[in-house]
Amino acid sequence: MLIRRPADTLPSEITPQAIYRDRREFLRAAGGLALAGGLGLTSDDVAAAKLANTRPGPYSTGEEMTSYKNITTYNNFYEFGTDKADPARTAGSLRQRPWTVQVDGLVRRPGSYDLDALLKLAPLEDRIYRMRCVEGWSMVIPWVGYPLHELIRRVEPLGSAKFVEFTTLADRAQMPGVHAPVLHWPYTEGLRLDEALHPLTLLAVGLYGETLPNQNGAPVRIVTPWKYGFKSAKSIVRIRFVEAQPESSWMRAAPREYGFYSNVNPDVEHPRWSQAKERRIGEFTKRKTLMFNGYGEQVAQMYSGLDLRKFF
Amino acid sequence: MPPRPFTLIKAALFLVCLGPLLDLTYGVIADTLGANPIEALTRGLGDWALRFLLITLAVTPLRRLSGAAWLLRLRRMLGLYAFFYALLHVLSYVWLDQFFDGAAILKDVFKRPFISVGFASFLLLIPLAATSTNTMIRRLGGARWQALHRTVYAIGLFAVLHFWWMVKQDITQPALYAATLALLLGVRVYWAVLPGVVGNIIHRS
Repeated sequence: MLIRRPADTLPSEITPQAIYRDRREFLRAAGGLALAGGLGLTSDDVAAAKLANTRPGPYSTGEEMTSYKNITTYNNFYEFGTDKADPARTAGSLRQRPWTVQVDGLVRRPGSYDLDALLKLAPLEDRIYRMRCVEGWSMVIPWVGYPLHELIRRVEPLGSAKFVEFTTLADRAQMPGVHAPVLHWPYTEGLRLDEALHPLTLLAVGLYGETLPNQNGAPVRIVTPWKYGFKSAKSIVRIRFVEAQPESSWMRAAPREYGFYSNVNPDVEHPRWSQAKERRIGEFTKRKTLMFNGYGEQVAQMYSGLDLRKFF
Repeated sequence: MPPRPFTLIKAALFLVCLGPLLDLTYGVIADTLGANPIEALTRGLGDWALRFLLITLAVTPLRRLSGAAWLLRLRRMLGLYAFFYALLHVLSYVWLDQFFDGAAILKDVFKRPFISVGFASFLLLIPLAATSTNTMIRRLGGARWQALHRTVYAIGLFAVLHFWWMVKQDITQPALYAATLALLLGVRVYWAVLPGVVGNIIHRS
C-alpha cells in the first residue's frame, strides 16, 4: 500500500526525534573513534555537508524512516568489501572531489559534468523512498536529488538511444574491494531509456538532508526504488546512451539469478531465496513484499505485455 | 594423563565452548550485532556449528600426530557442541527468521539447494547426538556405532556446501572451510591408503 502524504512536509519535520538523536549520537561516536583511529574515517566523512535549499519532492512515503545509523552501516557496496559492515569501515578513502561524470554515447550534446555543475543542474528535492534489497531486507531512505530526466533532457538523446548504462568508479587506490575479483569491475548497471526518464528515477546526491556518505554511493548515484537495490548504481562516473541492452556486472556474474530488469516482484523467486517477504531493517517480523516495491501505480504501465517471469 | 588435570582441562574446554554463545547473546542484548541482528545471530550460530564440526573432525588426526590419546576423550563434547550450535542455528532460522511460517520453511527446504543440504546435515547430526552416550555405544556395539558415526564426513561436506551455496558472490570464506575439511578428510584417506607409513615416521622421530 502506498501511503500518500502531503508533499509540503520537510523530512526534518517528520523525522522522529529519536532517529535524529540516534544519528547525532552516531556521528559523535564515529568522530570520537576516528580521532582514535579506530574506524579509519577521516573528518570529511563524518562531516557530511548540509544541502541547502532542498524542497519536498513528489512520491515520498510517510512510512517510518530507517535510522541514519542503519542506512550508513549496512551497505552492499562491493568496491569497499563484500561484508555489509565493510563499506562503513573502509569507504573513508574515497575522494568526493574532484569528481566528474562523463555523459556520452548516443546523445546530441555529450559532456563532462563536475560535481558542482551536477548540484546546480536542477532544484534538489527530498524524496523518501522504500529500498528493497534482493537479499530480502528493506529500508526507508530520505534521499536528496532530482529526477534523472533533468540531466537526460539536457544532453538530448538521439532516436537510436534505447538504453542507458551507468558506470561506477573502480579505483584500486580508493576502493580496497576492487582488488578482489568478486565482480567484473568497473561495476555497471543499466536501464531502459523510458525507465531512466521515469519521474521516480533519481540522480541522488544526499541523504537525510546532507551530502551522501561515501558508503552510500557518494558523491552521486542513481536511485530506482521499484527495482532491487543493486540496480541503483553508486558513485557513478559515466552515463552512456546505447542502442543495445547493456550487460550489467550482476548479469555477467550470475545470469540465472540476476536479470536486466530486476523489478521488485514477490511472485518471481530468486533461485536461492523467496522474494515473497522482506525484513524491514529495525523490525522483528517480516512483511509482505509489494509488487514493484509498492510503486506499481507509477511504473506498472511500462511493463504491460512483458512476461515478468521471463524478463526478471 | 592423570585424571585430575584431565578433568580440569575438560571443564575449561566446556566453558570455552560456551564463549561464542555468550558473545552472541551479549550482542543481542547490547544491540551490537548491526542493522540486521537476526541475520547476524543466525549466521553467527551457523558459523560456530561448522567450526565445531571441523574441530571435532580435527581430533583424530591431532591425536595421531601428537600421540596424545587423551585428546580422544574430548571428542564427544566437541561433537555435541557442534550439534548444540547447529540446533540453535536451526531454531534461529525457524523462529526468528521465518517466525514458524511452515509453508515458507518447507518451500525453502525443498526448493533451495543451499537450505536442502543444510537441513540434511542437521538431520544427519541428530542420530549421532542421540547415540553419543556410553550406554548407546554399548548397545549398538563398537563396529556398528563407528559405521553410523562415519556419516559425520557427509555431514561436514553438506555443511560446507550449505555455506558455499548461500553466499552471493564472494566465496573466500566458504572456500577456507572447504579447504580445512578437505585437509581433515584427506589425511584420513592418506592414512587409510598408506597404513602405518606416516605413523611410523612420526614415532621414529
